[in-house]
Amino acid sequence: MLKRQYVPLLVTVGLFILLFAAGSFRYTGFFSLQVLMNLLIDNSFLLIAAVGMTFVIVSGGIDLSVGSMIALTTMISASLLQQGWPPYIVIPLVLSLGILFGTTLGAMIHYFNIQPFIATLAGMFLARGLCYVISINTITIDNAFYTTMAQTKIRLPGNTFVSISVIIALLVVALGIYVAHYTRFGRNTYAVGGNEQSALLMGLPVARTKIMVYGFSGLCSSLAGVVFTFYMLSGYGLHASGMELDVIAAVVIGGTLLTGGVGFVFGTFFGVMIQGVIQTIISFEGTLSSWWTRIVIGVLLLLFILLQKLLGERRLAERS
Amino acid sequence: MIENEPMLRMTGIHKQFPGVKALSGVNFRLFPGEVHALMGENGAGKSTLIKVLTGVYTIDAGRVDMNGQTIAVHNPQEAKQAGISTVYQEVNLCPNLSVAENIYIGNEPRSLGRIRWKEMNRNAERLLQDRLHLHIDVTRTLQSYSVAVQQLIAIARALSVSAQVLILDEPTSSLDQSEVAQLFKIMRKLKSEGLAILFVTHFLDQVYEISDRITILRNGEFVGEYMAQDLPRIELVAKMIGKELSLLEQLPKQSGEGAERCAEILLEASRLGKRGSIEPFDIRIHKGEIVGIAGLLGSGRTELARLLFGADRADEGHVQLGGYRGMMSSPRQAIDLGIAFCSENRKTEGIIDDLTVRENIILALQATKGWFRAISRKRQDEIAEEYIRLLNINPPAPEQLIRHLSGGNQQKVLLARWLLTEPGLLILDEPTRGIDVGAKAEIQKLVVTLAEKGMSVLFISSELEEVLRVSDRVAIMRDRRKVQEIQGGAARQSEVMQAIAGGEQR
Repeated sequence: MLKRQYVPLLVTVGLFILLFAAGSFRYTGFFSLQVLMNLLIDNSFLLIAAVGMTFVIVSGGIDLSVGSMIALTTMISASLLQQGWPPYIVIPLVLSLGILFGTTLGAMIHYFNIQPFIATLAGMFLARGLCYVISINTITIDNAFYTTMAQTKIRLPGNTFVSISVIIALLVVALGIYVAHYTRFGRNTYAVGGNEQSALLMGLPVARTKIMVYGFSGLCSSLAGVVFTFYMLSGYGLHASGMELDVIAAVVIGGTLLTGGVGFVFGTFFGVMIQGVIQTIISFEGTLSSWWTRIVIGVLLLLFILLQKLLGERRLAERS
Repeated sequence: MIENEPMLRMTGIHKQFPGVKALSGVNFRLFPGEVHALMGENGAGKSTLIKVLTGVYTIDAGRVDMNGQTIAVHNPQEAKQAGISTVYQEVNLCPNLSVAENIYIGNEPRSLGRIRWKEMNRNAERLLQDRLHLHIDVTRTLQSYSVAVQQLIAIARALSVSAQVLILDEPTSSLDQSEVAQLFKIMRKLKSEGLAILFVTHFLDQVYEISDRITILRNGEFVGEYMAQDLPRIELVAKMIGKELSLLEQLPKQSGEGAERCAEILLEASRLGKRGSIEPFDIRIHKGEIVGIAGLLGSGRTELARLLFGADRADEGHVQLGGYRGMMSSPRQAIDLGIAFCSENRKTEGIIDDLTVRENIILALQATKGWFRAISRKRQDEIAEEYIRLLNINPPAPEQLIRHLSGGNQQKVLLARWLLTEPGLLILDEPTRGIDVGAKAEIQKLVVTLAEKGMSVLFISSELEEVLRVSDRVAIMRDRRKVQEIQGGAARQSEVMQAIAGGEQR
């Protein structure tokens, strides 16, 4: 029996297969395992950030600070590396900063009852601004560890390869799925998103859950930042600008309800892949400008929000 | 049955909120194997008492003993650990989670931090089957089940933590007859298993059907504890409302001459009803007549008005009004037919805080004209001036923001808003709630004056005296049924109270 809550998820997976098939028929050389792997390589940072965002949106919130946090991470990493700090200090440091940043936002949201939109908007400006305090220019990275991470290709059967970032991203996805479904923290996140008041009366640790959700998102953002640094091999204040919106779009296309309480990390994975496949199709087309990606994503988002609305209403109608 | 020691004893409970004494010196006892009904009108302190007991609020003074030991609970989690579980009026579960999760979340079976879903689902299934006789798929989301089932799942959650005390806060308010019967069956079973059940409801029939013991609160004070079989209904009602029966008999009759002045029928509803909200009723309102609706909270007073106004859709019966015959499908239609409705939630459904008195007054008139035919500012000012004078709104400043006005004056602005649309029938739901005595009298006087000018009024109030004073005829509601109609002039409070309490006494 197919459960209603899995419908958006199936639509997402189906859509991805459909898009990939369409691309394969239209363009020669599209249908290959490596194209699929490239989707992962080019979107690993997006994927990592999107896992964190999924938790935030499931809890009924939103995190706009993601893109800026990525930029700030690239900036801090690049400048510290430039000053000769070793990577094994820099990376844990930026990750802890991400957690700290996220939990601070979460605490503000919970204890001062500030709208997540506003609190994380403030966080977004703050982090972006801090980038320019460090430097207004691009700082390139020539650290051996970073270049190795960027260039290492992991050979896979079928003459394909992925980068180390892909492995990290897939691990994060797997971890996200496990946490969401098999830990108390994960289930409490769903409960808070379903009905915060009820969660409180059911005796669940609402405050801790909400703060941890933003902390987790902060961690994911900074990890995405680290991976983005591998990808770009530079730190720059304009990196990843507006990426929080791509992340949110991926999560929503992945079937997560913006109203909270419903969503799957697995869906988010396909949400990111759909964005990637659209980009690939447009680059294969050659004549279309890259803005078409945005247009298609916009249309898809609208369709998905409509679909969610319809499913929600049918459910209500069924019950009464 | 042995008169055993109480399982739970609350002594001298005090709780104060800024400006309000919510509970003062309340005592409450719960015995194992008993259903104990907590009774009181709105604002009597029932909810506060429950919230104090479950740790949502802290106690200012007093003590709580459980099984002979003093306990202090600071949050719902601690209450649960102490064996006190609560099922709230609106099902406080998470609609997006599965049934099994709703029962066990926060308490899931785990190994090394990993939730054991299979075991949880199995436990949930067994719990529902064994103790509640409910056979459902526990992996489906809560929202795919009816409110009645959700209610049972909430009880299952309460039971899952080996509760000794089960608090049911108005569990029946959204259930229909057969669902209530099922719930009661389960309550009896749980009672026989030695659970102490605290039951809150507004339905007197249900109180007498299921309860062994009754505690009555009024205005945050303890009125008394009685065995259900020793307390006649009429006395229960008298104690809740706070009037001794003997005293009521002596009250002089109020005037009621207006009864004959009306002949022409304005509105007639026949067999109008909505399942789960109000049972089919007939009502006839004459031109220039004030019909009062009396009854306890939750007896269906507001529901009746909402059906007439089209705010809720009836599922049977029809309304005859002027040339129209059928159901009211929307408030819009009702307004077009000349019905106006002043809702009881002045703050949330009536006034708009950040608009001025003038803007609040013209709102409904503008709406009936359509938003594209704006009323000129000059005309708006005239209207505002006129009604401020007419209704004696204080301060007489049309440009004052309405939130700066007192409750009574806000109510008058609301009245002005609807009077402006020149309705044939004005429905007033608790027009005098929360306003001072002087303003109350003014509003009552105004209602009578309006009726004399030919407007029909449906007057709903929980204050019996007020209903009787104002109305030509009083319809009495009990347990979502219209049970009786009494001529206002002839009606004595005691007679109406008898009707509110219900015929047969136990």
